[in-house]
Amino acid sequence: MTAPAIATAALDETAVAHPLQETARVARDSRPLRLITCGSVDDGKSTLIGRLLWDTKAVKEDQAASLQRDSKGKQNDLGLPDFALLLDGLQAEREQGITIDVAYRYFSTDKRSFIVADTPGHEQYTRNMATGASTADLAVLLVDARVGLLEQTRRHATIATLMGIKQFVLAVNKIDLTDYDRSRFEQISHEFKELALSLGVRQVTAIPVSALKGENVVYDGRASMPWYEGPTLIEVLELATTRSAQTVGFRLPVQRVSRPGESFRGYQGTVAGGSVKPGDSVVILPSGMVANVTKIVTFDLVRNAAVAGDAITLVLDRQVDVSRGDLIAAIDSQPMTGLAFDAQLVALQAEGIQPGKRYWLKSGSRRQRVQVQPISQLDLKSGKWNHADELPMNAIGKVHLSFDEQAVFDAYEQNRTTGAFILIDPDTNNTVAGGMITAKRAAIGGIHTEDSRVILSLPADLADQLMATEIFAGRREEAEVRRVTAAKAIEIIDTIDE
Amino acid sequence: MPHTHPETELHNPQSTKPPLDPHLKALENEAIHIFREVAAEFERPVMLYSIGKDSSVLLHLARKAFYPGRVPFPLLHVDTGWKFREMIAFRDEMVEKYDLDLVVHTNARGAAENVTPFTHGSALYTDIMKTEALRQALDAGQYDAAFGGARRDEEASRAKERIYSFRTPDHRWDPRNQRPELWNVYNGMIRKGESVRAFPLSNWTEVDIWRYIQAEEIPIVPLYFAKKRPIVERDGMMILAEDPRLELLPGEAKREEVIRFRTLGCFPLTGAIRSNATTLDDIISELETATVSERQGRAIDRDQAGSMEKKKREGYF
Repeated sequence: MTAPAIATAALDETAVAHPLQETARVARDSRPLRLITCGSVDDGKSTLIGRLLWDTKAVKEDQAASLQRDSKGKQNDLGLPDFALLLDGLQAEREQGITIDVAYRYFSTDKRSFIVADTPGHEQYTRNMATGASTADLAVLLVDARVGLLEQTRRHATIATLMGIKQFVLAVNKIDLTDYDRSRFEQISHEFKELALSLGVRQVTAIPVSALKGENVVYDGRASMPWYEGPTLIEVLELATTRSAQTVGFRLPVQRVSRPGESFRGYQGTVAGGSVKPGDSVVILPSGMVANVTKIVTFDLVRNAAVAGDAITLVLDRQVDVSRGDLIAAIDSQPMTGLAFDAQLVALQAEGIQPGKRYWLKSGSRRQRVQVQPISQLDLKSGKWNHADELPMNAIGKVHLSFDEQAVFDAYEQNRTTGAFILIDPDTNNTVAGGMITAKRAAIGGIHTEDSRVILSLPADLADQLMATEIFAGRREEAEVRRVTAAKAIEIIDTIDE
Repeated sequence: MPHTHPETELHNPQSTKPPLDPHLKALENEAIHIFREVAAEFERPVMLYSIGKDSSVLLHLARKAFYPGRVPFPLLHVDTGWKFREMIAFRDEMVEKYDLDLVVHTNARGAAENVTPFTHGSALYTDIMKTEALRQALDAGQYDAAFGGARRDEEASRAKERIYSFRTPDHRWDPRNQRPELWNVYNGMIRKGESVRAFPLSNWTEVDIWRYIQAEEIPIVPLYFAKKRPIVERDGMMILAEDPRLELLPGEAKREEVIRFRTLGCFPLTGAIRSNATTLDDIISELETATVSERQGRAIDRDQAGSMEKKKREGYF
């Protein structure tokens, strides 16, 4: 950019000086909004977040000074420090000039506070995006106005959707470099809305933005784009909704049992769905025992109700066997229990997800052994699911989960806590996948266990052949073959591979 | 400072304290969840207690998390020997008042070799009396999890730290190879000798800390409140001049100023600010108009580029 010297000087005055803002006493009336920002390397993502922090006064003078110092010769034409340096905190990142991990940033306005997960745009860091998206209520996707939607945009939108995000903001950045071209903006936002609709996302706001100049981020850009009458980015964020886990019944994953003395026995955990009050009937899963709630204890007072998100201690009316990892649930709205579930997961480590390998699965406070069978992998380019036997790092796949002991889940769509899990590799103890339950696998499937025996439903001729093989000859005790018609077998196999 | 007693509250639903605003409530719930999870998953947890405002909040949250039981792990204070006197007095008062188990550790080698911030410089002194001392204390207690009060908004390298932050057997942090952390499902699986640092206050900001202290009436060290105190100016910082070990250098003079501290560490390395904030309300409104971050008063952050990241890799909290 070659702006005339006089214009640059004028901008210096207004832009470099710390924005004067009324620091009215913050009266927060809502929960903090968690958001994730996604974009490719050159979309100006760090600049956008830097701008948000700067214009909401989340950056203090000494930080700005060290920013100026670190920026050295890298200042842009506006004389502003390099905002990216605010975020790329690790030395490795400064050296490489890229963002390699999820960074969390905090800022607030007089209406609300915000937690931003800043995640890298590089394809190989899909895992970090999934991490940031797992807790986010809203995703801000960035595109360069001159370039428009990229394959990367589809990728990010898809991952965000899979992780349960239902509100999108498309920030069409560097709009100044298109001379504030309205038709360009409208074309890009139209394309994006189509993409979002194809993913089932209806809450989409597109905003023409110049992060560098601070237009339509916190302050409006009317002077440059009188044609845009929509909200600024911060206005959208202030009005966005936080996710609610109250759509299903009461859920309390038990973290620990509190027994400070003979007279008190309470179950401690964070309410993961619904609400509870004294007198409610609950079921303890997986055991299936039933009890009534007598008290909800917290440090401050005995409460007459608790809702999703509350960290509480629950007291029941009778001696039941409850331990860490159990789930206390509403008796009239129970989660799914079973030995086999369908799930989608994101492979997070170099070794990928190996078929048949036994992993630790942790969901809520429960950890148990699981066997994972990859079924298909999502082609992020086309949006199609292709058959897959294993999942490499960064792959998003559909899998079957098989447990030795009863597992308890809700569908992730219904509950982002009791429907979510991580997989831990028992060899390395590392977290190798993040997963979301889609459904319980029907017990009438082609293969399932019943009293520890595998039941194979197969066409008669195939069944006979199979039972004659060496593998099965010695394992007749473990398997039972049910002879069905070929048509029935195809039907069963179809339901397995769906 | 007044403090409400949980025992009476338990039987008194008409508590006079107004309910927490939803923002602080959400942060409190998250922190309690983390406390309970770590206490349940690890064999020998410990809580790093630095006596500062963040530690005070941490302690309050720990008491809430395990109520009506007592805090089921000890507090560990790494005492460099150069803390403010009022901090030590406050620490002992808290331990007494809340029936806590306290472990105090000082690096005996460093003390014997007379390692001080004046003689060895802030970098080496911090390395020996804090970082090395912490490693010694964690090894001695065979702790497999240590709670800390670090917040992600404090410093750039902390912005990327996990809530469960994995440490090798020699207490090293590998920022490039951190375990992914999704939802609020934490991976606490470690091998013998390895450990985890757990940060329940990760998502809190400095203002959140103060608002919470106010809302919950949490006791804090009086040094946070403005008062006329003796100071000496050194390296652009106002240092509290009440400890006889502080020797005045040529050209330095003691004088009285109305000051307070935004953070508390070792007195020779912690700069005071000029302030008239004598109440929590004052502090919060001062903070809302503040133009510098709290760590500005900390010498150790500035002694080399990327200095906090380097200290953290070596095991500093």
